[in-house]
Amino acid sequence: MSSEWPLWEVFIRGQHGLNHRHVGSLHAPDAEMAIKNARDVYTRRNEGVSIWVVPSNQITASVPSEKGPMFEPSKSKIYRHPTFYDIPDDVGHM
Amino acid sequence: MYAQMVKSTGTLKTREEMDERERAFQDRIDAGEKIEPQDWMPEGYRKTLIRQIGQHAHSEIVGQLPEGNWITRAPTLERKAILLAKVQDEAGHGLYLYCAAETLGVSRDEMTEKLHDGKMKYSSIFNYPTLTWADIGAVGWLVDGAAIMNQVALQRTSYGPYSRAMVRICKEESFHQRQGYSIMMTMAAGTPEQKRMAQDALDRLWYPSLMMFGPSDKDSVHSAQSMAWKIKVSTNDELRQKFVDQTVPQAEYLGLTIPDEKLDWNEAKGGYDFSEPDWQEFHDVLAGNGPCNADRMSARRTAWEDGAWYRDGLVAHANKRAAQRMAAE
Repeated sequence: MSSEWPLWEVFIRGQHGLNHRHVGSLHAPDAEMAIKNARDVYTRRNEGVSIWVVPSNQITASVPSEKGPMFEPSKSKIYRHPTFYDIPDDVGHM
Repeated sequence: MYAQMVKSTGTLKTREEMDERERAFQDRIDAGEKIEPQDWMPEGYRKTLIRQIGQHAHSEIVGQLPEGNWITRAPTLERKAILLAKVQDEAGHGLYLYCAAETLGVSRDEMTEKLHDGKMKYSSIFNYPTLTWADIGAVGWLVDGAAIMNQVALQRTSYGPYSRAMVRICKEESFHQRQGYSIMMTMAAGTPEQKRMAQDALDRLWYPSLMMFGPSDKDSVHSAQSMAWKIKVSTNDELRQKFVDQTVPQAEYLGLTIPDEKLDWNEAKGGYDFSEPDWQEFHDVLAGNGPCNADRMSARRTAWEDGAWYRDGLVAHANKRAAQRMAAE
């Protein structure tokens, strides 16, 4: 029969990290084995305290060729950053 | 632990010969941008990368065999645990690399089958035997040392998933070289017999380690296109020179002698002069006639075939569970 195991994307939350972060992918027959394999492949050095696995074919990604129009709107809005505003030194830390 | 003599698909084109897409692609590479899986890429770039990353992955997997040979005979429990961890790392490194290759539209099973059919290669170094415990030290020190030299450079390769796999691997691999050198230090400072074993391991593995970098630049027919695409970022001779310069003082510290009468410091070039390996031997080993080629391939094929029932069993179980869940919903 020999059907290839499906691909899973692996996300790990590190010891001090806040968010789960994508670390790579792996093959596994089901979600349970994907977690076990992810433990062995991606956390051999204490990298994580929590693992998420998601079937790769369930991921929807933005289109690379549209990254210009997609992300441009945020580029021009520099007033969203604190450094946009000059606060006199006399005011102290803000 | 990495790739040699990777055939490059596509001849090096001048800017005038490139079409618009190829020019835009080359511009991105020249600007140091990473190419990602969904980006447009020339077919030759894709094919060359599959060959190189696939060969690199196969090397990690086959590379487990010469070291696995000593797990049951490691001299202490600590050395055994260390060797097990290292061999497990190699399996992990193989998996990172297969995943990177899979983003280019080839499946892991396809690559495995090609390896088993002799249509894909792995590094020549793993066709040499590990005859004594000192060889395990020399493999970590020299073979992993050579691999790191190459992989550190490859962190700057142009293909994003390959580059990220290299970053991960380099982080883990430094332990491999250091544990090897630690074995060599123990052996070299041990009884005269142990020191003799350490020297013998260095004698046998020195030239095969130099071969890991591939043929001399003047004979390296595949480099130009791969360098232009930044699939390769340093030439074979550059890396080999760096490796020799780094390793000679380490051998001196151990009180061991590099088996090369021509080895000499060259003040003018700021590096060592050294003898080239026997390239005829290199080509013979790549052609399948090294001391262990047949053993390595048969071990891989047996593992694959003997594991088929297990892989299939897990799929059958997963399918059954999925069907049960559907029925319950």
